[in-house]
Amino acid sequence: MAGIDFKTPVPQEKEDAAVVAHNSRMGVLLFVVYVVFYGGFMILSAFAPEVMSKPFLRGVNLAVVYGFALIVVAVVVALAYMKVCRKNQ
Amino acid sequence: MLHETSWMAVLVFVVFAGAVLAISFYLGSKAKSASGYFAAGGSIHWAVNGVAFAGDYLSAASFLGICGMIAFFGYDGFLYSIGYLAGWIVALLLIAEPLKRLGRFTLADALDNKFNSRGIKLAAGISTLVVSCFYLIPQMVGAGALIQPLLGFPHYVGVIVVGSVVTVIVMTAGMVSTTWVQFIKGTMLVMLCAFMTVLILFRGVTTAPTNANGQPIPIMPRDVPLATVVQTPGATVMPEEAGWQGKPYVRVKDAAGVVTVWRKEGDKLSRAQTLTVLKDGRKLANGLPQGKSAGQTDLLPVGYASKLPGGEEKTGPLGPVAFLRTMQESEVILWSSEKITEADGSITTVYYQRPATGTDFMAPGSSPTFRKVRSDKFFDKLDFLSLMLALFCGTASLPHILIRYYTVKDQLSARKSTVVGIAAIGFFYVLTLFLGLGAMTSGMLDVTDSNMSAPLLARSFNEFLFAVISAVAFTTVLGTVSGLIMAASGAVAHDLMTNVFKFKLDEFQKVRAAKVAALTVGMLAIGLGILFSRMNVNFLVGWAFNIAASANLPALIMLLFWKGTTKQGITASIIVGMLASLGWILLSAQAYKDVYGLDPARAIVPFSQPAIVTIPLGFAVLVLVSLLTRQTPKSAPATANA
Repeated sequence: MAGIDFKTPVPQEKEDAAVVAHNSRMGVLLFVVYVVFYGGFMILSAFAPEVMSKPFLRGVNLAVVYGFALIVVAVVVALAYMKVCRKNQ
Repeated sequence: MLHETSWMAVLVFVVFAGAVLAISFYLGSKAKSASGYFAAGGSIHWAVNGVAFAGDYLSAASFLGICGMIAFFGYDGFLYSIGYLAGWIVALLLIAEPLKRLGRFTLADALDNKFNSRGIKLAAGISTLVVSCFYLIPQMVGAGALIQPLLGFPHYVGVIVVGSVVTVIVMTAGMVSTTWVQFIKGTMLVMLCAFMTVLILFRGVTTAPTNANGQPIPIMPRDVPLATVVQTPGATVMPEEAGWQGKPYVRVKDAAGVVTVWRKEGDKLSRAQTLTVLKDGRKLANGLPQGKSAGQTDLLPVGYASKLPGGEEKTGPLGPVAFLRTMQESEVILWSSEKITEADGSITTVYYQRPATGTDFMAPGSSPTFRKVRSDKFFDKLDFLSLMLALFCGTASLPHILIRYYTVKDQLSARKSTVVGIAAIGFFYVLTLFLGLGAMTSGMLDVTDSNMSAPLLARSFNEFLFAVISAVAFTTVLGTVSGLIMAASGAVAHDLMTNVFKFKLDEFQKVRAAKVAALTVGMLAIGLGILFSRMNVNFLVGWAFNIAASANLPALIMLLFWKGTTKQGITASIIVGMLASLGWILLSAQAYKDVYGLDPARAIVPFSQPAIVTIPLGFAVLVLVSLLTRQTPKSAPATANA
């Protein structure tokens, strides 16, 4: 049982440096994808608010569609990350 | 508005709190070790941890604040939903695994993993405390704001009840009971909100809403000529005096001496509502003493569409897309307010109708907070961009969220539980838009208190739902506050006492120190909750995100991705980021207005949200100090280590 001072070793999972590097690279890659998508929303809201209030999809405006998309894409990105990550043996 | 005490809500809450406390005491008798207390022994199942993430993260601000902001102003509240969720992507993709890999129990441990520096532990411990306290304030204020209308007790009673219950929960079984509180709360909150959304869609939108008993909600007169208003015998227009001079209002006194206020729009008048606080503290609502007895009156509930697409009066059940489209094509009566000082020094708040079209309130910039986003000046837009950046970067820097990563057994579990968390939280945030818009047209809104919008929406369906949602809202506060107190007590007992000041404590003493710390932080939270009772809950949370992101994120990211990071660099960036963002907030227009009661125009800093300046500042300080204190000059300079 680990002590509160954390000097006692917590049971560490075995790590493979290649797996860690792979997972980290995938994380950064997907992160960049999401940042671009989120950044697009920030820029549009700040600099083209009139575009955001136009109907975009099935009569619902871009602000709402883009907002929902940011949430859905977050879940999709999370699942994609799960898929591409490798496990430590 | 005065709200009747709901004994049903009290009962439901007592049952919830009792169950949670019982679980807590039961688990407390089992979890005696330090790792059990601080990290639940690393033994929590990833799915439970994922839902607990939702319970930890979905605070009173998320639930009450966002719903209220959407109900009062439209889309702008949803911006918070988007930002709060997007922040989880940073947590999942960049922070979760490395943090878990560093194998420690507090944020300070993770940051200090490579260095063993007292400076880092001290800085990170203090920043954990500051962020947790800043985040605690809105939660406690929210608890007080809830108990007032629900149980009829004063604000401070709510703060004390929540503070005490949570302190007991944390002190009995630490992270184990905290996790179960959060798991129960997360499940109930998301399920109830989904259920309410179904009810909203089933009801559709109407221009003549009724309350739960089927009685119609009074519709306030609009666009009436002055002649009609003074038609009743004995009605006279009062002269414009004191604070009323030059304002667009007409005050009409009837034969009985009761004054009603109308707002001028061109040559037509629209009925306004007034709440006057007399110098002796008594209150007048719409000109009569505020109360429920004979000869007394109260502000009227509001919130309805004034025009529906195609001139309909009632849409009937709608699908989710049709509901959003209908709101966008409707006109809704929203309410704004203005304060006026009377000749005798009493203060009248006038609540006036503000018809808003869907194209306006369903797009960014409809609320006072984000109005400037529609301005043409570049500088005005920075406040919005800064807040969206703070929300994005803040989640992964919140100590009470990060410590949850130490409660699961490995990196795979950390990853899986984050995905479950993102799914649950994302689903909840999608629902917030429906709940907010549903409340906007529920006919039950309290013009004086946006935080009550979600519970009142439930009341528009039936009393029992109101009782349950109120109790869940209360439990919501418990879940988040317990996580915060847990994080703060870990920072005090482990980071500061054990590692910085080198107290020699055995395992039993350390757990006891953490419990004493939890008690102290709990008391402090109660004090702060009472002190800051007037602040806007959601705004305070925004500030906590700013401080967390500015203090912790540069250190976390650079530690993980830049080999040249030194311990001095980390310490400096935490301290500078924390002090700069805190200082900026204390000097902002919002603090001038809400905290000190000064003229906001005299504020020193140009906008309220510091993140856009202070996060880059934190990175710059870290890089600069690291370069200056580098010990092996030949080591590689700044390269992202993918």
